[in-house]
Amino acid sequence: MARRTDFDEGLNQLRELLIRMGTHVDGALKEAVESLKNSDLAKAEEVNRRDAELNAMEEEILELGSQLIITQQPVAKDLRRIIVAFKISSDLERMGDLARDIARVTIRMDGQPLVKPLIDIPHMASIASTMISESIRSYMDENTDLAYKMAKDDDEVDELYSAMLRELYTLLLDKPESAPQMMLLQMVGRYIERIADHATNIGENVVFLVTGRRPDLNS
Amino acid sequence: MEPIIRTENLDLYYEQFHALKSVNLDIPEKAATAFIGPSGCGKSTLLRTLNRMNDQIAGTRIEGLVSLGGADIYDKNMEVESLRKRVGMVFQQPNPFPKSIYENVAYGPRLQGIKKKSELDEIVEESLKQAALWDEVKDFQKRSALGLSGGQQQRLCIARALAVKPDVLLMDESTSALDPISTAKIEELIRQIKNRYTIVMVTHNMHQAARVSDKTVFFLNGEVIEAAETKTLFSTPEDSRTEDYISGRFG
Ligand SMILES: Nc1ncnc2c1ncn2[C@@H]1O[C@H](COP(=O)(O)OP(=O)(O)OP(=O)(O)O)[C@@H](O)[C@H]1O
Ligand SMILES: [Mg+2]
Repeated sequence: MARRTDFDEGLNQLRELLIRMGTHVDGALKEAVESLKNSDLAKAEEVNRRDAELNAMEEEILELGSQLIITQQPVAKDLRRIIVAFKISSDLERMGDLARDIARVTIRMDGQPLVKPLIDIPHMASIASTMISESIRSYMDENTDLAYKMAKDDDEVDELYSAMLRELYTLLLDKPESAPQMMLLQMVGRYIERIADHATNIGENVVFLVTGRRPDLNS
Repeated sequence: MEPIIRTENLDLYYEQFHALKSVNLDIPEKAATAFIGPSGCGKSTLLRTLNRMNDQIAGTRIEGLVSLGGADIYDKNMEVESLRKRVGMVFQQPNPFPKSIYENVAYGPRLQGIKKKSELDEIVEESLKQAALWDEVKDFQKRSALGLSGGQQQRLCIARALAVKPDVLLMDESTSALDPISTAKIEELIRQIKNRYTIVMVTHNMHQAARVSDKTVFFLNGEVIEAAETKTLFSTPEDSRTEDYISGRFG
């Protein structure tokens, strides 16, 4: 029987696209947080504009994966490789939307100075960024250890987010006039926390890919 | 699912060639079991041991046990004729007799001594219905079976096998010579009858096994590598050789 070269070739293309999506999302998150830190409107506009590219890549993954299913009729792990690629691309697309939402906060702040220097947000963003690359790597290598590690990183992001909320609350009592800005910063924290959740979903899907069973890493 | 057929440490040799190696298998009753595996791995050989069709092949030697409903089918008191009545077979190529449609189906019941026209009519009708052929042939039952299409001929052979009310129906690649629509009709009829008969089918079409069978057995070089619920075998096989085979990464 012939080896599945066409199929393997298609899978590699899927992987390639997922790497591109992951790199794009990671870049968008970093740029969006940078734009917020430096009140850089131009950079924020750029992130906002480039989100459409992610949607196009997700479409491409759906198209390619569907073709593979129709022409190659994969089963077992091969089928899960495609189903999981679909799920990952949709998580990445949502993560991209959230990064765009952060950039839109920068745009809404419209250059007004920050009431305090950003500390927790860049910290959370850097963990989330690591999680994005780990999520893609865990899919490439079918590495469940990495998936479980991401669940731990996610807990850390959740804790930072809670700490940040407490701090904002204290600040709010101190400087009630900056409430509008703090609410926007709170939203940014929430967006990053959601990005980390999506990365954890990807880890869950990788565990499903490898074992055929779905764990719940997000609780 | 209760096993109706069981093999225990079954070995089969064609002269010096060891074709089945210590096969231990349970075939559940009133369900469809599919045998899959590469060419020459022993699927047909095992199927033929289940109704002793191998007896006709000179130089065949069998060790171990094959039981049907608890009785050893290779026991010297087992009557092969009555065994074959209980365990019917449908082959790869449709092989209707050069007789009328009606006579093809009535043949087995007649051999069993049923003579009454009304009784035979009833059996023929019921069997043709079970084989999903009745609607297409009910008005031409006197016509020659050889005038039917390949797919219709194969369903006629299934009706003929069902007419003697077997417990088990063996099907060796029974759709491989058919077009997709005839194949789908036979798959559908298997789904319809499998809660009344035990079906054991050999197929090279893994998706067919996945679609119609309840249990799937994967063979390699005369050995059972894995036997499991079909859903499990096609989603999370235990043995990497099974995964390689069903994924088409074999060889
Ligand atoms: N009558 C026979 N005499 C000698 N060897 C035989 C005989 N019948 C089958 N064999 C050998 O036994 C092995 C199993 O054959 P079998 O027909 O059971 O395989 P199979 O799994 O049904 O293959 P296929 O998918 O090609 O039908 C093969 O190596 C075959 O060459
Ligand atoms: Mg065969």
